[in-house]
Amino acid sequence: MQFEMSSLIPVLPEVFLLTMACVVLVVDLFLKDEQRIVSYALAQIALLLAAGLTVAVGSAETQIIFDNHVIRDPMSDLLKTTICLVSAGAFLYAKDYLRDRDLFKGEYYALGLFAVLGMMVMVSANSFLTIYLGLELLSLSLYAMVAFNRDSKAGSEAAMKYFVLGAIASGMLLYGISMIYGATGSIVFQEVANGIPNTDMNDMVLVFGLVFVVIGLSFKLGAVPFHMWVPDVYHGAPTSVTMFIGSAPKLAAFALAMRMLVDGLGALHADWQQMLVIMSVLSLATGNVIAIAQTNIKRMLAYSTISHVGFILLGILAGTQEGYTAAMFYTIVYSIMALGGFGIVIMLSRRGFEADQLDDYKGLHDRSPWYAAMMMLLMFSMAGVPPTVGFFAKLFVLDAVIRVDMVWIALFGVFFSIIGAFYYIRIVKIMYFDKPVDDAPLAPVGMDTQVLLTVNGLSMLGLGLFPAGLLTLCSAALS
Amino acid sequence: MENIYLLIVLSPLVGAIIAGFWGGQIGRVGAHWVTSAGVGIAAVLSLFVLYGFISGDNQVFNGSVYTWMVSDGLKMEVGFLVDHLTAVMISVVSFVSFCIHIYTIGYMADDEHNWPQESLAGKNSYQRFFSYISLFTFSMLMLVMSNNFLQLFFGWEAVGLVSYLLIGFWSVRPTAILANMKAFLVNRVGDFGFILGIAAVVMYTNSLDYAEVFKAVPGLADTQIQIFGDTNWSLMSVIGILLFVGAMGKSAQVPLHVWLPDSMEGPTPISALIHAATMVTAGVFMVARMSPIYELSETALSFILVIGATTAMFTGLIGIVQNDIKRVVAYSTLSQLGYMMVALGASAYAAGIFHLMTHAFFKALLFLAAGSVIIGMHHKQDIRDMGGIRKYMPKTYWTALLGSLALIGFPGFSGFFSKDAIIEAVHHSTIAGSDYAYAMVLAGVFVTALYSFRMFFLVFHGEGPRDEHAREHLHESPKVVTIPLVLLAIPSVCIGYFTVDAMLFGDWFAGALHVLPQHDTLGELGKSVHGANSMLGHVFLSPPFYLAMAGLFVAWFIYMKQPSLAEKIKGLFAPIYTLLDKKYFFDEIYQAVFAGGSRGIGSFFWNKGDRKLIDEIIINGSANNVGRFAGLVRNIQTGYLFHYAFAMILGLLFLLTWFVIF
Repeated sequence: MQFEMSSLIPVLPEVFLLTMACVVLVVDLFLKDEQRIVSYALAQIALLLAAGLTVAVGSAETQIIFDNHVIRDPMSDLLKTTICLVSAGAFLYAKDYLRDRDLFKGEYYALGLFAVLGMMVMVSANSFLTIYLGLELLSLSLYAMVAFNRDSKAGSEAAMKYFVLGAIASGMLLYGISMIYGATGSIVFQEVANGIPNTDMNDMVLVFGLVFVVIGLSFKLGAVPFHMWVPDVYHGAPTSVTMFIGSAPKLAAFALAMRMLVDGLGALHADWQQMLVIMSVLSLATGNVIAIAQTNIKRMLAYSTISHVGFILLGILAGTQEGYTAAMFYTIVYSIMALGGFGIVIMLSRRGFEADQLDDYKGLHDRSPWYAAMMMLLMFSMAGVPPTVGFFAKLFVLDAVIRVDMVWIALFGVFFSIIGAFYYIRIVKIMYFDKPVDDAPLAPVGMDTQVLLTVNGLSMLGLGLFPAGLLTLCSAALS
Repeated sequence: MENIYLLIVLSPLVGAIIAGFWGGQIGRVGAHWVTSAGVGIAAVLSLFVLYGFISGDNQVFNGSVYTWMVSDGLKMEVGFLVDHLTAVMISVVSFVSFCIHIYTIGYMADDEHNWPQESLAGKNSYQRFFSYISLFTFSMLMLVMSNNFLQLFFGWEAVGLVSYLLIGFWSVRPTAILANMKAFLVNRVGDFGFILGIAAVVMYTNSLDYAEVFKAVPGLADTQIQIFGDTNWSLMSVIGILLFVGAMGKSAQVPLHVWLPDSMEGPTPISALIHAATMVTAGVFMVARMSPIYELSETALSFILVIGATTAMFTGLIGIVQNDIKRVVAYSTLSQLGYMMVALGASAYAAGIFHLMTHAFFKALLFLAAGSVIIGMHHKQDIRDMGGIRKYMPKTYWTALLGSLALIGFPGFSGFFSKDAIIEAVHHSTIAGSDYAYAMVLAGVFVTALYSFRMFFLVFHGEGPRDEHAREHLHESPKVVTIPLVLLAIPSVCIGYFTVDAMLFGDWFAGALHVLPQHDTLGELGKSVHGANSMLGHVFLSPPFYLAMAGLFVAWFIYMKQPSLAEKIKGLFAPIYTLLDKKYFFDEIYQAVFAGGSRGIGSFFWNKGDRKLIDEIIINGSANNVGRFAGLVRNIQTGYLFHYAFAMILGLLFLLTWFVIF
């Protein structure tokens, strides 16, 4: 194995981000409490530059480096850029929230940057080992972030549950990987893919390995029945962390699925398709139905995540170019929607008041018409009401599924979307038609946050009116 | 030329938009200037186009200006077909509309009195009215200039919509609301047939373009289709009759005529606009434009002939017993529309369009004269309260006299040429129903003269208004009202004489209207009559003249000479009087059968279907069940870590067994 300096170029964003995470960690040691803004600024600069670098080193061709363990292709470019931007948005929303609660610490940003680095490694992984590395880096950072408010009982409990369940899932994933290694003799995706035809197709070891790998993946995505952690973690974690977990890591999880299932185990499509069908159906049903019974908006959005994951799985299980494109479109759109949705929750909360009950949104229109309008756009988009982008995301997925003659599952998806529309539109109803419980004026928020929220909300409409641009990007990234 | 055509259509639209959206800003004067200017431009350019065709400089234009969409080879476009027929139509429409715009300035001058105080709708109502009538003109121009069925349908519906807005313009009056709803609903019935007809055209020719459709239809002449069961229907008859059902709605033919008399609830200028130049003539125009289709189906032609003849005769009879000045004119419109339809049914399309044109002028004139009288009488409309108005309103009197003479077809007036041509064309027609139609239109001449001059004598002659107060205030209307009267009186009198040669016996419509040799009733007529002078020469040899004179005389005798006779006749023929007074009970039957029936069906579906089945069982039932289920399953989320881990293991076991078994 010979190391060439030039092979560092494709991973320049990751290298840069790693450096910056360390810089934040070190610089923060020398800052006084009122100077924490510097850590924040460094983190934002790191994310934006990483996004810029990703675009700069990106190209239409595929580069495989580090002895086939790392890959850089158009898909990784698009996903990494989106991850960086969405994370930057999450940091921006979180700034005031953290400051209000004395959580405005450098560690938050260091952990956040490491989590982003973990996601980027997952996206660029070309072997089971790399992917596991990225996954653990992400997970460990997130465990710590969930417990970031260490005085909060709910936060610690959530972190504990997340950690234990995450450890089980990791164990299963590793176990699955080892079985696949045993069956095919490799952990590099292309070699695994080449090795499968040489094995007996009914090889139990291979299929068992596949099951374990899919379970590890489903845990990360939060698909039923491996979703149990989602509501508790979303609920218990500080809202800023919930927002972070709910948005960017979904992109990484999508990459995880694409790399492992499509690149590595594509030959077993018929097998994993069945598993994904089961999990997607369960996710759509469970997520949408249970969300109706929630009174806490963070929990409600947690169940909504589960149902959206069902849709993403639908796109992947179609197993066609169109299906992958639709799933990618859906994931990107979802991460932006989730960012905005939690962003509103953050902006309405203040010290000692989390704004996480549905009642807190009563009469929001009277208190702030603009927030209410943005929230309405986001909720309509999540529900899939045209002309918001959420409609097209669902449409493309359903189209892809119908094209592979799985009409019943598309109908199932539509059916549960209708049920799901209820709780999204209930929020709109609460905001516009109910009398406010609390007439206190809203806490003032910075101009940067307001601009971001406006861009975020209007992007639902903008992308919905002109969905072709993003769709073309996704399509090109996967071809 | 394309730009000119665009300008003709768009200038009224621009006026309507400005007056409609910025009526408050530009004020009343601004509104009537901008809309009148828009329609004025359209009128001048239309006349210029018409002149171009007369002088032979203009070529027939057929082209699209905008492609809306192409779906499966079916082009949906906005396009213009401007030929001799269109040129006549746009000139008539825009000229009459222009006169009405000017007239409206006077008529609506104190419209605020028509609204209750504090009424929001009463604010800027003057501007809104101008916006509507300009929009109406735009819609009608789009309709007549169209070169495809889609745009025709657009214009058709737009005319229907704006007529709805205009008839119910005084939206605080319950009668007006009822009338505009009635107009809208009855038109929907017609439009349903119309769109089915268009659908049939598209289905068999896969095109919306007139030229392509007309090229394709001769090949489909013998096509038989099956609609219900195994009965064979001629495709052309089906298309023709379906399209004509649309025309029956718009052009108010029996039995879809009921909306038109009620539309008198709108302000008089729009009554004139609807009845003279726009809307009701749309059906006549459409049938003429579709002549290549109708020529292929004698069944459809006979259908038109019979419906038209029935309308011409029987609605005229109702006119005799009406006492509201505007309603008399309204029934006269119905009757005259019947004449136009008869002409179309007899394949004398040119005569139909010719009558449409002459009628547009003299009917607009009569309406505006009636409006002028109504202004003078302070918005009283009962002719029994009038009388002797001649002394007070000389200009109105003389113009109304000219209009009435034109209407009854007095020799030399424009109505004479058009009506005589229709009667003679029907006489030459040989298709089924033509004998019936001939009898009806002949009798109609007598009836027309009777009701026209009954109204004329009761309004203008005899003793002065009974009401002292009304008499004191009675005076001639302002110039904005009388000038349009004079402007319209001129063509009412003489346009027939000057154009009959070209339009009926010349080759003016050669490229626009298609008549098969065996249907060519006008050609037949042309063998014995050679033009205007020759028609005048035949006056004393033809029955219509004597019938008209008889009607005039009877009207004079009953209502002037022996007023007591009217009451006696009424007593003598009480059942017939009631029948006419109740308009053959059409309204009552419709109210009971259709309105009552559909309300019954509606409330059945509402109670049993919507409330019981859908709301209670399906919607609320499923919502309740989902809610209950959600409440149950949320208990699965216990919060205990070992339960969660257990769920994961269960999931793992399930997936593994799945693969072991399958």
